[in-house]
Amino acid sequence: MNSNFILNLIRFIVLLTIQIVVLEQVKLGGWINPYLYILFIILYPINSNKSGFIAASFCLGLLMDLFCDSGGVHATASLLLAYFRPFFLKFAFGLSYEYQTIRIADKLSVDRFTFIISAIVFHHFILFCLELYRFDLFFEIISRTILSTIFTFAICIISLYLIKPNKR
Amino acid sequence: MQQIIIFLIKNSYKLLFLLLLGISLTLTIKSHSYHRSQYINSSSAFSGYTYSQINSVKEYFGLQQKNEDLARENARLKEILFNKKDTILESKIVVPNILSDFVVRQAKVIKNSYTKQENFLTLGKGSFEGLKTDMAVISDKGVVGIIEKTSKNYATVISILHTKNPLNGKIKNSDHFGSITWDGKNAGYVQLIDVPKLATLKKGDTIVTGAQSSIFPENIPIGKIEQIFAEKTSNKFVINVRLFNDMTSLGYVYVIENKKKKEKETLEAETEKDPTKQ
Repeated sequence: MNSNFILNLIRFIVLLTIQIVVLEQVKLGGWINPYLYILFIILYPINSNKSGFIAASFCLGLLMDLFCDSGGVHATASLLLAYFRPFFLKFAFGLSYEYQTIRIADKLSVDRFTFIISAIVFHHFILFCLELYRFDLFFEIISRTILSTIFTFAICIISLYLIKPNKR
Repeated sequence: MQQIIIFLIKNSYKLLFLLLLGISLTLTIKSHSYHRSQYINSSSAFSGYTYSQINSVKEYFGLQQKNEDLARENARLKEILFNKKDTILESKIVVPNILSDFVVRQAKVIKNSYTKQENFLTLGKGSFEGLKTDMAVISDKGVVGIIEKTSKNYATVISILHTKNPLNGKIKNSDHFGSITWDGKNAGYVQLIDVPKLATLKKGDTIVTGAQSSIFPENIPIGKIEQIFAEKTSNKFVINVRLFNDMTSLGYVYVIENKKKKEKETLEAETEKDPTKQ
């Protein structure tokens, strides 16, 4: 449990640093930005303290807002993703989630792809809705969600392959 | 009482979620509804420091471009300097020295954004060097924005690319003015609205800052007219203005302080109040 906490703390700091120092400077095509930091929310251990989980996700989002001057946009999106993560897990993994036997960062299978993609789409959609904050820009919201999802997903998968945690 | 405590403990997870959701939504909505009430911003010491560190690395990649810009501006200033003698000899009209009202300071942009609806920049100078809220920020090519908040060593700037930050603009060489807004779509263009249809204008005309603003000096260039639309419901023009500035790459900027801003504003406020007294 303790080593789990430290692992998550390190993940929190490393992902936030990468996001702010490197990825915030990347503006693909002018405005497409990958948001790698939500990997923290995706990878957080499933059977751990729920309150601690949503509080940590909220803090992560709030720190992002601090650096991006975006009010509370990232905090809201991260918090909602953390709160609704069990639904996405159930949706992607079905029965095996009920028995709490899955590890998200394990082998990359179709289930895991489904889970990661649905989580990213959900997060990005809320993020861009709140950021653009105008319904007449609905198609802009959709196109930004789709394009950013592609890049976030690609970068998430690459980093999952690179830092595959010690196989057990 | 016991019931309440048991209820709180039982539902602590949901209550925590609702509390955090409330906080984050409040922050979001406040940041959109009224731009002055942003609590969390990047002029704080911690994030300001981080951004100035990141920027000191990033600067190396743009040195050549910055050198070229500086050389070009030097050339332009030299041109003015060398031409000045002639004009003094030629004309005896006293040109009002407008710049004596204004103090110009140089600052570095350490964080820039242009992809959102409400964009802010962060400068590497703050109140310690005399920067205050509501000072004008320009670059060598044109208008950049207005200072929003300052901390000791950093300042945030509302960019011209901000959907709720109207500026006063006019067509150069005519006194028809309107307000500059941004539709939130393309970082290369802003819109000049509320120009009466009486105004004569054509594609390629220069748009500059108007005299109404007490923040900007008059005649600071903004952009060039690219497209003109006539509004059907009113007798106003909507004009698409191509910015002179490339807002996506800003290095050093100038911060302009209007020394007589307060005087002008108090006078205007008093004048508006007066009729109600009578």
